Amino acid sequence: MAPDVPRRPPLEIFRVFTVISLMGFGGVLPFAYHRLVDRYRWLTAAEFGQALGVCQILPGPTICNLGIVLGYENGGARGAAAAVLGLITVPFLIVLGLGVAYQRFGDVAFVQNALKGMIAVAAGLILATGLKIGAHMLKDRQPTAVQLTRLAFVVLAFLGLGVLRWPLIAVVCILAPAGTLVFRAWPRP
Amino acid sequence: MTELALLADLGIHLALLSLTAIGGGVVMLAPEIERFIVASHGWITHDQFAASYAIAQAAPGPNLLFISLVGWLIAGFAGAVTATTAVLLPPALLTLGLMRWGWLNSQGPWARAIREAFLPLATGFLIATAWTFANPMSSSVAHLALTIGAAVVAYRSKLNPVYLIALGAAVGLSGVL
Repeated sequence: MAPDVPRRPPLEIFRVFTVISLMGFGGVLPFAYHRLVDRYRWLTAAEFGQALGVCQILPGPTICNLGIVLGYENGGARGAAAAVLGLITVPFLIVLGLGVAYQRFGDVAFVQNALKGMIAVAAGLILATGLKIGAHMLKDRQPTAVQLTRLAFVVLAFLGLGVLRWPLIAVVCILAPAGTLVFRAWPRP
Repeated sequence: MTELALLADLGIHLALLSLTAIGGGVVMLAPEIERFIVASHGWITHDQFAASYAIAQAAPGPNLLFISLVGWLIAGFAGAVTATTAVLLPPALLTLGLMRWGWLNSQGPWARAIREAFLPLATGFLIATAWTFANPMSSSVAHLALTIGAAVVAYRSKLNPVYLIALGAAVGLSGVL
């Protein structure tokens, strides 16, 4: 933990992350950046990017990991808990409210129709995220062989989980060690 | 199955799964959760599962709350709390532990290789998740066209996704799907 970072009370951390979460329709991350970097200046853009990179490779929800890292840096373990609870509590209650409405009106024909359209779009949004990460990966300057290897792992991961419907744990246990060994062996410039 | 046994089954499964969601968030857990909850146990239907995701997308907050909604549909409030805690707590404790011991910013060759390996896997898993929700083997052409159209727009613009979800609802209301 950086000693120069001021300690903030858990209640303030909870409040800040609650606000961020409630603004985050369709994704919380952009709002976390906007508030924490641009508005409150808890950290710089570079520090934010570095924290985010670390959180993306950790298991679990990226935004909650980010909350833990930043909450911990600003207020220790209590700060970390406050950040996660801030991100989750109020939206959780809102989603449950929507769940009640869905159970009540989910059979109504026009609600069903609207949901069908929402589901189709939601699938498209996930596809776009996957493609964005993929495109970003293929854009960085690497030898063709590296890129083809990466592409092969993309295809294998997709086939295993999506088409063959293997358990995620099986796919990860086969492909992650294989990929780690391959990329470890690759000579680095 | 008693209520408690069901909650334990759900909680333990999600807790173990949560630790495998590496490199792209909990969204990529969706195919596996669907396999467990819909295909193996029949606790809810595929449509309910997909609706949970769409509803959570339309609400503020992290996308992982779709799992809360799935838990709610299976076993009410206790189910929602169990599912949310199970998916949140193990990775949170892991992250906190790594922070505490200062292991988070390792630049060693193995750490780099692991990061390298997970990048393509995350990409493939996300595409697989989209495949699961779009359900291309049993969806109408109009349905798939809407999915692909939304993907193209989301890929090329920085439009807030919530507008696209609203647009999807409007298209659905017209009854063409």
